[in-house]
Amino acid sequence: MSPALEIIGLKKTYANGLQALKGIDLRVENGDFFALLGPNGAGKSTTIGVICSLVNKSAGTVCVKGVDIDENFPAAKRHLGIVPQEFNFNVFEIVEDILIHQAGYYGIPLKTALKRIDFYLEKLGLADKRRTRARMLSGGMKRRLMIARALIHEPSVLILDEPTAGVDIEMRRSMYEFLREINAAGTTIILTTHYLEEAESLCRNIAIINHGEIVKNTSIKNLLRELRREIFILDSRESLPQDLAVDGFTLSRKDDYCIEAQIEQGQDLAELMARLHDRGVRIISMRNRENRLEQMFVSLLEQAS
Amino acid sequence: MTAYEQWVALLTLMRKEIRRYTRIWSQTLLPSAITMSLYFLIFGNLIGSRIGEMGGVSYMEFVVPGLIMMAIVTNSYANVVSSFFGSKFNNSIEELLVSPTPNHIILLGFVSGGVSRGMLVAVIVTVVASLFVELHIHSYIVVVAVVAMTSIFFSLCGLINAVFANTFDDINIVPTFVLTPLTYLGGVFYSLELLPEFWANVSQANPLVYVVNAFRYGVLGVSDVSVGFAFAMIGAFTLVAYWYAAHLLRTGRRLRT
Repeated sequence: MSPALEIIGLKKTYANGLQALKGIDLRVENGDFFALLGPNGAGKSTTIGVICSLVNKSAGTVCVKGVDIDENFPAAKRHLGIVPQEFNFNVFEIVEDILIHQAGYYGIPLKTALKRIDFYLEKLGLADKRRTRARMLSGGMKRRLMIARALIHEPSVLILDEPTAGVDIEMRRSMYEFLREINAAGTTIILTTHYLEEAESLCRNIAIINHGEIVKNTSIKNLLRELRREIFILDSRESLPQDLAVDGFTLSRKDDYCIEAQIEQGQDLAELMARLHDRGVRIISMRNRENRLEQMFVSLLEQAS
Repeated sequence: MTAYEQWVALLTLMRKEIRRYTRIWSQTLLPSAITMSLYFLIFGNLIGSRIGEMGGVSYMEFVVPGLIMMAIVTNSYANVVSSFFGSKFNNSIEELLVSPTPNHIILLGFVSGGVSRGMLVAVIVTVVASLFVELHIHSYIVVVAVVAMTSIFFSLCGLINAVFANTFDDINIVPTFVLTPLTYLGGVFYSLELLPEFWANVSQANPLVYVVNAFRYGVLGVSDVSVGFAFAMIGAFTLVAYWYAAHLLRTGRRLRT
């Protein structure tokens, strides 16, 4: 069976000479929840632009569900739903019309479109905004409107470029839930995001792109396994003793109730806990100092540059 | 896309375009009625009564077809240039570009908006004109064919202008510095017979000459140029404009990076 997305040797050089993509290869399997990460200007949006036909590629092959975009772009487009980073709808139109028009551009008759509009507006918490002009929506609502618009033709591959930017925490969680739901129903999801915890909690596989090149392409699990060091913040119930040294572990005191512990790959966190307990230190809570994926991401980018 | 899906896409675009200009009718339909009333009053009634006959008919009768055609030209052009550029400006054109809608449907959709507005304005202006002069149509077939071909041609020109425009100022440059002079020099207010030979020959390159004269023939049965030749020229201009507009959409020039 053809993968959801297959990119081979994709290159893009803009008219000003900027080489945005230097020959990337990428394969996203059907049903995957895939993260495409990279700093600003790494080439994420250019890649998405090529896939959805808004950017003309310089070289390479892109196939969506086995359909080469050079051979039959309209057929490839039918499989794709795109949620771009920037708002790209007419803000003077009402929500319902924006969705009716998008459905029409895919050849979906009005009757069918209206049923789908009911469903997706309800799912995305916009049912009461159906007759509202788009310019009256909040940033988060506009983003959800773009998700509804991308799904109106029921694509098998959904590409979201920074979908939760400007969306509040509660709405972000319900959006995650919805994305998990449609992924579980079989839709392949490709996500670019700056929120690395978003990628960690949602995605199974990941590609990291930097300076127009893929620097890592693996599963999230494998990527996290490569972490050599993690830093934990430990909170103590009682005031900490003056001497905190524990053989084999690097600890530093943050304040009277808080320790920063550096755990190297292969070290046992349970052993540290036990030894602290022996010293009369009772840990009541523990957290990562920073997002684990973020650590990995930064170190990969440092290596690449 | 299947033929049915293409039909749905076309209807969607047409509905969107027609709703756009009817929603703001006071900016799109009303101004032509007011402007043309003033033209009829000043050039037709006040000045025209002192000019006498032109081309074998009263000056008022002579000027009416040109003025109707002028309204069709400006409205067809203005509708597509503002709608397409607006879509480009707010990026909503991407909704169409990422969809499987074929380029010829995109073209037809936008053009149908321009044509329908051009025709609607033609009806309004004709009703206004009938208040000033009794109109007898010489050939309905010629009238309908010229109106259709002209509005298609200028709608396509509007789309080409919109593709190249970067700012709202850019969409006014062509109507102001190209379309208006061509209209005034296209024989709306005078017969080409009045021009010196050199300028009469130069006028042959002006598409408005063929449009105005073919329409005048349809209404009055008089024309400065051969009607067959006028149709051939309008057809040729339209085909070239269609080919170029389709080429721009196909290559994505100024639309895709």
